Amino acid sequence: MASLIRDPFGPSESMRKAYGEALVELGHARKDVVVLSADVQSSDFSNMFELRFPDRFFNVGIAEPALVDAAVGLANGGFIPIANTFAFLFETRALEMVRTHLCYGKANVKLAGAYAGLSDSFDGPTHHSITDLAIFRSLPRMTIVVPADALAVARLLPQVAAWDGPVFLRLCRNEVPQIYTSVYDPVIGKGITLVDGEDVTIIACGVLVADSLRAARVLRDEGISACVVEMHTIKPFDTELVTQCARLTGAIVTAEEHSIIGGLGGAVAECIVSTCPVPLERVGIADTFAECGPYTELIDKYGLTADAIMEAVRRVVKRKASTNEEFAEEIRSA
Amino acid sequence: MNAATVGPTAEVYPYGVRHSAKMIKDLSMRAWQYRAQVLRMVYERKSGHIGGAFSIAEILTALYFHHLRIDPENPYWKERDRLIFSKGHACAMLYTVLAHRGYFPVEELSTFRALDSRLQGHPEPAKTPGIEVAAGPLGHGVAIGAGMALAARLTGSHRRIYVILGDGELNCGVIWEGLMLGAKFGLDNLKIIVDCNGVQQTGTTAHIMPTEPIADKWAAFNWHVLEIHGHNMAHVLDALDQADEIHDRPTVIVARTTKGKGVSFMEGSPLWHGGVPNEKQFEQAMSELEEGAAQWQA
Repeated sequence: MASLIRDPFGPSESMRKAYGEALVELGHARKDVVVLSADVQSSDFSNMFELRFPDRFFNVGIAEPALVDAAVGLANGGFIPIANTFAFLFETRALEMVRTHLCYGKANVKLAGAYAGLSDSFDGPTHHSITDLAIFRSLPRMTIVVPADALAVARLLPQVAAWDGPVFLRLCRNEVPQIYTSVYDPVIGKGITLVDGEDVTIIACGVLVADSLRAARVLRDEGISACVVEMHTIKPFDTELVTQCARLTGAIVTAEEHSIIGGLGGAVAECIVSTCPVPLERVGIADTFAECGPYTELIDKYGLTADAIMEAVRRVVKRKASTNEEFAEEIRSA
Repeated sequence: MNAATVGPTAEVYPYGVRHSAKMIKDLSMRAWQYRAQVLRMVYERKSGHIGGAFSIAEILTALYFHHLRIDPENPYWKERDRLIFSKGHACAMLYTVLAHRGYFPVEELSTFRALDSRLQGHPEPAKTPGIEVAAGPLGHGVAIGAGMALAARLTGSHRRIYVILGDGELNCGVIWEGLMLGAKFGLDNLKIIVDCNGVQQTGTTAHIMPTEPIADKWAAFNWHVLEIHGHNMAHVLDALDQADEIHDRPTVIVARTTKGKGVSFMEGSPLWHGGVPNEKQFEQAMSELEEGAAQWQA
């Protein structure tokens, strides 16, 4: 079988450019797709769709509630609306519309949340989106998809459009390494085992997938065999795969560009606590707002790195080896 | 001055000349009978919103029994006119009109706000035939309607989009986002009706959050404005017709109405926004509503 993972990773590619290109591709494939923007189309590159399909593109102005509401109306008329603005505005300002009309009202609207996580790094915490997964994950009927590289955007966007019901597509602003070869074939709702391993499972989404793979390579040299799973769908959650990983490896580390509260780590914790409780460490942003700065330095400072994942793996493997009492003692003495 | 008593101030059209006296009589009588039905539903469940349901009775009746192009047998017919009931709390009247128009059995109205009912406390689409979108959290109707109007235009459809707002609802910011949207795209297939009953939950709109001059505001947002007496069936029918003749911009019908219309002790009072009558009040209200209906009988 052809390898799924590029080794080494391919040169970094812009996620938003990949999104713009995928949107144009989708526009050709589906005449029922319309695109709306709250005047950020030059930021998220949905203007590539605007340029190609001006009749199916609507700029609603800086009005995120109206952005989602207008999309609800278009969905009622049989279109597949893809609404575009910054991720943090969907999860905050437009949340009521998302809850009431998309989730409760079943409006078939897709939300493309640009500049998610810390990726709008220089604009600072007002523009960071580190609680979106937690907020949207708590909404009944919501689906959440997080691509990990440019190819993943291209492969997942058509599935997002075809999905029956609302979807939040979480997009990074920046250039990220190319992880996957052309055999990558994600299916919404199913996690993917990227690397087999026996001692621990690293479950990651988005830009932390690349770091998880890097971490696994280094850990292998240390004698720790780490399984790596990409969880590109945060909801509906692949509880079967997570439970299986817990059973087979007995320890889990999660990695996400999100608060450690309520996101991927929260979903894994909720899952295994009732199916197969094993030690779990969560790599993410501590319960805090970040600050502005260059993206790579920012994610470094806030602990979203291969090093942080490796540290978490070492901790969790140690916990797995300890009895609960030993672990409690360790915590007390620390 | 109570806003509910303010008459039309915009250009006065020759309302009341296009429809037969028989039709006006028949529709007006229905509106009064539906008020009685709503009173019964809220009284039996001890929950619901009477005041805003009574103020919209003539308008909903005119729409569903005359103006809308719909097929109750086929509620999801693609080319149906859309109606968004944005002031969702007053849905007891919408359910009543839908049931009598044939969307679901009239007997089902007795399940309003009960467990296991299709008739939720606020409208839920997909669950109830005839309901297009969820409503209750106020303010969404205009922007959603604009999206529906864009969808109709994109497919070359002649279907029309109607949105019913309350005047208290004009407090919501998203309403004005929707106004700009409708004007920007020149959505002449979008028609908004504002049920200006002058009263919201805790007082008059004039006191809580002054929204007048409503007609001037909509005109300033580049909408075509009609202003009518919302309980005058001839006005309502004519205004709906006139809105269809505007072809370069969306239309708003500012309908001057009375909250709690038809029951003396409810009219114009915020107490009956969400109040539930006791037995004595129920009987008095029912008797007044029956008298109201009787005035339209032959």
